[in-house]
Order: sequence, then structure tokens, then C-alpha cells
Amino acid sequence: MALTSITETTQFLTFKLGDEVFALDITKVREVLDFTTVTKMPRTPEFMRGVINLRGSVVPVIDLRLKFGMTKTESSVNTCIIITEVTVDGDTTILGALADSVQEVLDLEPGSIAAAPKIGTKLKTEFIKGMGKRDDRFIIILDVDKVFSTDELAMVKPEESSGAS
Amino acid sequence: MNDENETFDLDVLREMFRSEAYDLLSELESALLALEASPGDKEIISRVFRALHTIKGSGGACGFEAIAHFAHEVESVYDAIRNDKMAVTREIINLTLAARDQIAALFDEAYKKMPAESEVTQQIIDRFKSVLPEGVAPKVKKPAEAVSAAEEPQETYRIRFRPARNIFLTGTDPQLLLDELRTFGTCRVVAQLDDIPSLEKLDPELCYIYWDVILTTSRGLNAIKDVFIFVQDTCELSIEPIDIEGVLSEEHGYKKLGEILVERGDLSPVDIQEIMSKQKRIGEILVENGLVNNDRVEAALTEQQHVRDLRKNRQKSEEITSIRVQSEKLDKLVDLVGELVTVQARLTQVATEGTSALLMSISEEVERLTAELRDNTMSIRMLPIGTIFNTFKRVVRDVSQNLGKSVDLVLRCADTELDKSVIEKLHDPLVHIIRNCIDHGIEMPDERVARNKPRKGTILLSSAQTGSQVHIRIEDDGAGMDLDAIRRKAVEKGMIPKDAEPSERELIALVMLPGFSTASKVTDVSGRGVGMDVVKQAIEALRGTIEITSRRGEGTAITMTLPLTLAIIDGFLTRIGDDHFVFPLSLVDECVELNAAQSEKMGDRDLLNVRGEIVPYIKLRHRFGIQGERPAIEQVVIAKVNDFRVGFVVDHVVGGHQTVIKNLGKMYKGVDGVSGATILGNGSVALILDVPKLIQTVEREESWS
Repeated sequence: MALTSITETTQFLTFKLGDEVFALDITKVREVLDFTTVTKMPRTPEFMRGVINLRGSVVPVIDLRLKFGMTKTESSVNTCIIITEVTVDGDTTILGALADSVQEVLDLEPGSIAAAPKIGTKLKTEFIKGMGKRDDRFIIILDVDKVFSTDELAMVKPEESSGAS
Repeated sequence: MNDENETFDLDVLREMFRSEAYDLLSELESALLALEASPGDKEIISRVFRALHTIKGSGGACGFEAIAHFAHEVESVYDAIRNDKMAVTREIINLTLAARDQIAALFDEAYKKMPAESEVTQQIIDRFKSVLPEGVAPKVKKPAEAVSAAEEPQETYRIRFRPARNIFLTGTDPQLLLDELRTFGTCRVVAQLDDIPSLEKLDPELCYIYWDVILTTSRGLNAIKDVFIFVQDTCELSIEPIDIEGVLSEEHGYKKLGEILVERGDLSPVDIQEIMSKQKRIGEILVENGLVNNDRVEAALTEQQHVRDLRKNRQKSEEITSIRVQSEKLDKLVDLVGELVTVQARLTQVATEGTSALLMSISEEVERLTAELRDNTMSIRMLPIGTIFNTFKRVVRDVSQNLGKSVDLVLRCADTELDKSVIEKLHDPLVHIIRNCIDHGIEMPDERVARNKPRKGTILLSSAQTGSQVHIRIEDDGAGMDLDAIRRKAVEKGMIPKDAEPSERELIALVMLPGFSTASKVTDVSGRGVGMDVVKQAIEALRGTIEITSRRGEGTAITMTLPLTLAIIDGFLTRIGDDHFVFPLSLVDECVELNAAQSEKMGDRDLLNVRGEIVPYIKLRHRFGIQGERPAIEQVVIAKVNDFRVGFVVDHVVGGHQTVIKNLGKMYKGVDGVSGATILGNGSVALILDVPKLIQTVEREESWS
């Protein structure tokens, strides 16, 4: 399913987690912020870093490194929060994703995007829209709606449901 | 005006009429219920008539022909009642209530695109026709059909009609109104021209003329008022009976001459006052002539004053001077005030950190103004809770009739005010509770008599405000809850272990869990297993709490405690490590210190001795898994929920904080213990604690471990 969704030249925002380069469809990105204080929500999984104040609104922030099984994002001068618009269950919500650094905006032809390999990325295949090729490097194009789907984020729930009425 | 413009205007008109329409419907409903209680009351009959008439008129003007036509048919019946042609019966009230619902359905069809069943309209009309006595055909009432003069007393009225200057712009022709008056009987119209300006200043689109009309008619005051019903809000209208057989003439008679003269401009008000002061009052003359004694005159005057006050009050309650504002605009205003409060918190912080005394004083001024603005804005959104209490009369009436029970609904303190959004969300839970009360609580009349209770059951709906919280209490004098049955059911459903010994409070709390219903048979009214849990969720979504107390055989009381508003609360800011947490101030009882020695004394248990009272506490640092060193002296914020005091251990107490509540959104919806977030003066985010939920979760976890 992954490849068919990209049929024309699309712009992507690329960013790094560790040494790997990832990309997001630019239409999903609202803005990029410098790292600020994140208020932790008690009793939630660690990859959900908490909330930030985005000009008066409270926006949740997700640590993509933790989500993808890497170590926790350490704050540095390059650390960014990418504010994305995610469609969850038909509703659009605003979410922040932590990235080690933001690279560039990139045009990719459909021809230079390959389907996601089933193994080898260490990521759930459904998170990946495709693999972009740029010079000699591969760029993992993420499907944010899938990464942030309620099922994925609902990992909070099992811990709770034992107590919830 | 071209066609396009006209349809546009009609749409705008309809939209403007929308909220008015629903107001009129609820006014009609409450008038009908009042009429049922006192069927002979003329004043209430005309309330019903007025509501119907306005629905007809305004509905017609907005292009809802079907509604106008239907309302007209119903109105004819009340016209007959008003003219003593027929009496109010229960059947008529039932029919009219059904008609009201049908009109509501027709409006829904127009506004919300929900199809209404058109045949119902005809059925209701047919049934109305069948109850109408002979000779009172619900046909278009022609002025010529007016009751012949011989039967009815003739009354003379002085009418001064001064239309709003811009009356022509609303499409009304005053001439037509006057023509309609002329059909009522002998009528003299005098146009008053003294307001007309000189030609160069005259705007031909404005109406400068006003009219004095002397009308002798047998149609009565109401008929005259009806002529002006659509302009009465904008025009200056006085209708005064000047010659009526009956009580009124005396009350108004003595100042007749003076008024006429002043009006005709023969005398100035000052002159007449001078003359009047020389003239003796009729009472004094009577006393002097020995016709009546002084006391009697006093008594009569008191009565007169009383009637006047009464009328004035009635008028006051009927015409609340108000303007209609779209609720979205209000919501926006509240949002803006919320942002202002946040900015003000930042300003205060900057001012406190700086050294400028000038900045400090400005900041204090802004703080004061913001608080005032906040309170005012909030109060705009406040509605008396009576606005929904009244709709329950209908619910009680319908449900109890359905079940063959006899129930009175008593309302107390219905003027407690609550945020509009809270009130709207309260409607469904309250309806549910009231249905439950009638279905499960109140026994059948015979059963009640057998138990030495009055035949008629009572449901008492009351409200009260304490601080920033509102309590709503629903009490019935029914059978109360059967604790044994609840216990059996809970064991059966595996909600509690067989050998458990739950307390009364715990048992009752079970009723509010999903899937619990003890009614042995599922009725139309309640008992489908969805019920109190939905109510509880709804109340908790409003940051409220709900508590049930019940006595077997005596009745059940359900108390809901709700915050006044959802947008901004007074908070109590505390800190643990680097994180800030806000307690709703309304729940905070007191703060005490917790030093290491003290907590050691109690050993392993999280209990605190506050002036001899044992208070359990929850270590928030531990509960929320916050890293870092505990300070030597911690603070305990003692909160009070449902008369149950629980301490919360935090590092530091910061103090009061105006808290603008921000939604956490989908992602963090289920996080327990946190109900929202707010933004602090320095721009960081603090979490608002959901205290009742926290206590509940800890309670449950401990009882299970």
C-alpha cells in the first residue's frame, strides 16, 4: 500500500534521529520549534514526553527516538520539535515530534521512492510510507498518521484500564 | 429589492428568529403546565395565547407557513377559551402539549433538517376540532365576526401609539394597524404632528407622526394588544381603559382629566402639578364629608398600592431587558479573557522580578481589571438553573402519567446560576435521574398508601451555591435503594467477591458502574443497564462529583456538586521538583507541613495527625514518579471531597493562581489524576489535578492490594 500513495513530486522535510535520516510529508508539518521545557504527564509511557505551551495552546510532544526503540532524545542546540498535523480517527490534532536535528526541505520524484522493505528497518512496516533515495543515502519516509494513531498511543491504556471504571 | 436580496433577507430573518422560536416554545410549555395547575387563570391563558400568537406571526413572517397555519389552529382554541367560550380541560392541555412538540418538530425540520411527520399535524388539528364546542369553528377569525355588541360590555380605551422612527424599514405600515383598530368598533384617530421637523430636515423614510386613538369596543384589551404585537417592542404604546364597567375605572378615573389636558398641550405638567397640589385628594374629600373614615381610605390605598406593585413586578418579570447574542461570540470572548489572564500572569511575574515600582503598580492595576473582566464575562454566561428545572415539570408529568403514578415536582432555589455550557450538559443526566426516581423510587399510589405515605410522591429538586461550586440535589420520598438487591446483583455480575463485606457507601457506589441495573424488568422509562454510569461520566466530564444516599423505605437523595464554570477556575498552585500542579481551590481545605519526624512516627502508613483527626495522604511525588530529592519539610495540601479529607504531599506551595483551563486533547484523554493543563506566567505548562479521581483510583488500588 505504501508506494501507491506517492504518485507525484512531493516535498518532504527531512530530519535526523541519531545518524538516520527520516522524512515527513511537508503538508503535514506546521512549524519547527526549538526545544523548550516539556512538562511530563504523570503515569504515561516514556515516549510520550509531555506537553508544551505553543502560543497558548497545550500541545503533546512525542519522543520519536524512544518510539522507534532508540535511546531518549537528549537536548542539544540542534534538538527541535516538529509540530505536525495528524489525522487521528478522522480528527485533526496537533502533535509535536522530537528530532535530533532538522535537515532540509527536499523534492522527491515518485521514481526515486521505493516501497518499504519488510525487514531491516527495525521499524513497523506500516509506519513507513516509502524509502526515498537521495544521492547514496536512504531516507525513511514516515506515515505520521500511522505512527501517531490512537492504537499506537493507546499504549497508555493497558496500564490504566485495570483501575479505570 | 431583487429576488436574491429577498431570499437572503429571509434567511437572515430566520436565523434571527431561531433562538426566539425555541424560547417561545419553552415559554409555551411552562405556561401550559402552569395552566394545568390553575386552569381558570386568565393571565396564564393569555400567556399561552400570546406565545402561540407570536409563533404564528413571527413564524409566518419568516416563511414558515406550515407552522404559522398550525399555530393558528391551536390559537383559535385558546381564543375561545380566553373569551369564555369553553373551559380548559386536561385533554386540551394534553393536546396543546402535543401540538407544542409538533411545532418544535417542525422548527427542527426547518433548522436542523430533521424530518417531521406531517400527518401528526393534521391529527392534532382534527382532535382539536373534535373538542371544540359547537359554533366555535377554528376558522380564520374575521374582524366582522366580532361578538355582537349587545352581549359584551363596551369598553373605551385611550391608545397612544408612537411607532419607532424607523418603523417603515421593518416593513410595517402603521396605517394598516390603525385600520385594523377601526374594525373593532367606534374609533377616533387623531394624528399628532408636532414631531414633524421642517422640510429640509425631514427624512421621508422615517415616521414622525404618532397617533392618539379613542376606541370603544367589546373586543377587550387583549385583542387591542394583539394588533400591536409585532411592533410593541420597538414602539411606544400605551393602552389605557378610560371607561370600563368594573374595577378599573376607579383606579384610573381620578387623573383622567389632567392627563388629557397635558396630552392635548393645553396645560404643562408643571401647571397641572401646581393645580393638583391645591386640589384635595378624593380620599380626603370623602373623609371630610364623613362618608368613610380615615382607616378605610388607608386600607383602600394600601390595596391600590399592592395591586400596582404586583403589576409592576409581573411586568418586570415578563420584560427582562436583554439583547440576544450568538453564543459563539460569547465563547470567543471567554477565550480572549482566558488569554488575557495568562498574559496578565506573565506581566505580574515580570513586574515582581523587576525593580520598577511604576511597572509594579501598572501590573497591579491590570491584575485588578483582569479579575473584574473575568468575573463579568463569566457572569454573562451564567444562567439561572431554573431554566432547565422548568423543563423537568414536563418530564415528571409525562413519565408519571405513563406509569400510572402520581408525582409532584417541587423546585427550590431555582435561581442559582451556572455557566451556560454546564447547564446544557446537565440536562440529560438530570432527566435520567428524574426518570429513575419516578420509575424505581416512587411507589404506585396504592402501595404508598399502604405504607402510610401520601398518595402523591414528591421529587424535590433544589440547588445551592457554596463558593465556586453549585450543589444540585434531587430527593424523592420513594422506596429507597434495596441494598440487599444491589449486593446480590453485584455478586451475580462478578463485580464484588461473594464474601466481600462492602459498606453502604461502597454498595451504592456500585450502582454507578457500567452495566448495573437492579430493575427486574426493563421498562420503557429506565432499566436498560445504561444509566447511572452515564450520568456519572457526564458529571465527571463537568469536573463535578455525584453522591447518592438512600434510606430503605424513606427515599433517595442524589447530590451533584459542580463547578460554576468550565473555562477559568481559581486554582492553588504547588510545585514538586520542577513540575507545577494546580489544585482546584474550591477543594482545598487547608495546608499543613509534613516533616520527616512526623511521617516516621506513623511508620509505614500514609496517615497524618491533624489536630487529633486522622487524615490519609497521597505522596504525589511517588505517585507521579517524579525523580529528585525530597525537601526536608514537605507540604500537605488537604483537599475535601464529599466530606472526606485527603492530604496530598507536595514540595512547595506557591499560592493562589487564576487558572485558565486548557484541554489536554485526545492524546492524554485517559490520563488519570490530571483533568487539564494551564499556562503559567513564565510560559511553562502546569497540570490541573483531578482530585476526586485521584482519590478514587488510590482508594480502589489499595482496597484490592
